[in-house]
Amino acid sequence: MLSRTADNLFWLSRYVERAEYLARILDATQRLSALPIAYVGESNEWESAVLTAGCAAAFFRTYDEANEQNVTDFLAFSNANTSSIRSCFELARSNARGVRTALTIEMWEAINGAWLELKRYGNGASSREELSRFLRWVQETSLRYDGSAYRTMLRNDAYWFSRLGVYMERADNTARLLDVKYHLLLPSNERIGGPLDYFQWAAILRSVSALTSYHWVYRESLKPWFIADLLILREEMPRSLASCYEAIVRNLDAIAGAYGRQGPAQRQARGIRTRLQNSRMDGIFQRGLHEFISEFITENNRLGSAITEQFLL
Amino acid sequence: MTGAFDEMRGNNGRVRPAYGELSHWLAEVPADVLDYRRREAELLFRRIGITFAVYGEADAQERLIPFDVIPRIISGAEWQLLEKGLTQRVCALNAFLNDIYGAREILRAGVVPDDLVFRNPAFRPEMSGQSVPHDIYVHIAGVDIVRVDADTFYVLEDNARTPSGVSYMLENREIMMRLFPELFARHRVAPVENYPDELLATLKSIAPLSASREPTCVLLTPGVFNSAYYEHSFLADKLGVELVEGRDLFVKDEIVYMRTTQGPQRVDVIYRRIDDDFLDPLTFRPDSVLGLPGLMSAYQAGNVTLANAVGTGIADDKAVYSFMPEVVKFYLGEEPILKNVPTWRCREEEHLAYALDHLHELVVKEVHGSGGYGMLIGPIASKAAIEQFRAKLKTAPKNFIAQPTLALSTVPTCVEQGVAPRHLDLRPFVLTGRDRVRIVPGGLTRVALNAGSLVVNSSQGGGTKDTWVLDG
Repeated sequence: MLSRTADNLFWLSRYVERAEYLARILDATQRLSALPIAYVGESNEWESAVLTAGCAAAFFRTYDEANEQNVTDFLAFSNANTSSIRSCFELARSNARGVRTALTIEMWEAINGAWLELKRYGNGASSREELSRFLRWVQETSLRYDGSAYRTMLRNDAYWFSRLGVYMERADNTARLLDVKYHLLLPSNERIGGPLDYFQWAAILRSVSALTSYHWVYRESLKPWFIADLLILREEMPRSLASCYEAIVRNLDAIAGAYGRQGPAQRQARGIRTRLQNSRMDGIFQRGLHEFISEFITENNRLGSAITEQFLL
Repeated sequence: MTGAFDEMRGNNGRVRPAYGELSHWLAEVPADVLDYRRREAELLFRRIGITFAVYGEADAQERLIPFDVIPRIISGAEWQLLEKGLTQRVCALNAFLNDIYGAREILRAGVVPDDLVFRNPAFRPEMSGQSVPHDIYVHIAGVDIVRVDADTFYVLEDNARTPSGVSYMLENREIMMRLFPELFARHRVAPVENYPDELLATLKSIAPLSASREPTCVLLTPGVFNSAYYEHSFLADKLGVELVEGRDLFVKDEIVYMRTTQGPQRVDVIYRRIDDDFLDPLTFRPDSVLGLPGLMSAYQAGNVTLANAVGTGIADDKAVYSFMPEVVKFYLGEEPILKNVPTWRCREEEHLAYALDHLHELVVKEVHGSGGYGMLIGPIASKAAIEQFRAKLKTAPKNFIAQPTLALSTVPTCVEQGVAPRHLDLRPFVLTGRDRVRIVPGGLTRVALNAGSLVVNSSQGGGTKDTWVLDG
């Protein structure tokens, strides 16, 4: 297939996944900021949301203060922010238009429909209710796109590249979330837990739609150790780093199988996966959670470049 | 325009046989049902994203072409005549292009004036003496035909460059079959859905001799900002070929390759939807970023086939068009089956004088124009507009031709006040391969939605209809 087509598919999926992640962050932040200060402390949740979205530098170039209005606007509706939900959907659609032939009609309708619908939210949401509706709609759009891809695409390189986009983005998002919130997850002997942290932890899980899963996996109340374990090492948790890398390796292997050729991307991905498989939480905490996450983000980016170099140019 | 021939009711109000069932159905179907289906059709078009862009309209970057749900019907006998006439016409076009870029016999015989060819901006000197695979220049033609009475069809334009609209022919049929199954149960309509297969067979048949047995064909598009991008992607999908942009290709040692996830892959046939001017910045416009540097060298070396060939634009010149009856006779020794619209070439003094005297009743067009831009329709133009045009005509008479204002035929069409006759034309698509000429029965019917209007171009508010060719 054309390199440009693969590139478009890869990024199309990344943008949709990113939009969903942003919607989850905003949703979780909205909940946190609605709690009395006694429950969550004085920290600025909106600033934390901008950090988690990975666009703090761009945000503070435009705004002086991170408050609900500014952050919602910037992360959801801004045209100036190339990673806002609106920009993600617009980029997704322009990528989709560029590869109409590689998409099934269902996928195209999911993206095109979202783009048409987006016009209704011209200058943003007029009320909190409308914002909630909007965020829910963003998540539904992503589900629809993802489901359409899963249910309607031929299982060939087009499908594998589009899946790669989803998992590369997802791994990056989960890792970023951990990077910003790692201090909340440090073992209890280094921090004093309390009701303050409980809601923060719930918000982290909510950002990756794992609150319910947590209870099913651990049958325990929220503990930072387990939360870190769930998001990093548990392959059965769809947004964990381990699960993302299981999928990345599987899709890269499918491509290698079809093309009859292994390359640097395959080798790097397998290396990262093996490291995740051989890690244990106590080891990670011993060497430092923050170091582990930073290293992972670097490696993940390096793999992104390797994929681009090997296939997309 | 009064006195136009109505394809359903003829000149005398009696329903013509091909339209029998349809007129019954139209009488039965409640207005709100028709209206409901019309809106449903629009929704379907919008959802699948069939849009086109109108140049110069910033706001409406992606617009729908209005679709009319009442089909236009052509009887089997009428179609046979059209098919024969189109085949003859396109064969003559190919012979003509082959000649003027080769032996130039028609010029030596004085049938067509030299300067009309050599001084024509659409003439490509690069193609002189250059043979093209299998001597075919126009592989895909979208010939515009208008009808003025029960027996008379005129060719309005040959569209030998990169004609568009075939996606509408295909999608209109799909939508009609979805919305009006009961109407199809009452008719035997010749299918058009095999067009992509015919096109692919045509493209494969024209591969260079050096190509492998399974030649690689691609569709070259200027990109998503082109007004016909939807059609490009639609066709590539139906053909099962890659939709490429210039940047997806490169030329090495006079061979064209595309960049794929598995490395470079050789390309044999390019169905290009880019104008000559933008094909290769090394040969044509140096500022073109759409094309492929070196493409012409690969083409001239015979390592890749372009469909259509470079230089076919000369046949689209409206002054050259006016010679088509002579061109048909010259190469084929036959009388033309399809007529030309009588044309006054303003480059000739007598013709110019006639045109200037009769501006109020003529249509005056630029010889290189297309899309219905920059023309004068005498009978509906204001006095001031006519005078303005007269001045233009006098300064550069060579740039214009004049034709009588034809009473284009009409077909019942849904309009705001109900169903009313509207003027239309027909663009069948003629495919010429090494083996034979292929024409799918039907084409794109364009309809002028405003009462009395004769301008059917989608860029000027025209719509489309499904075109049915019936058995018998």
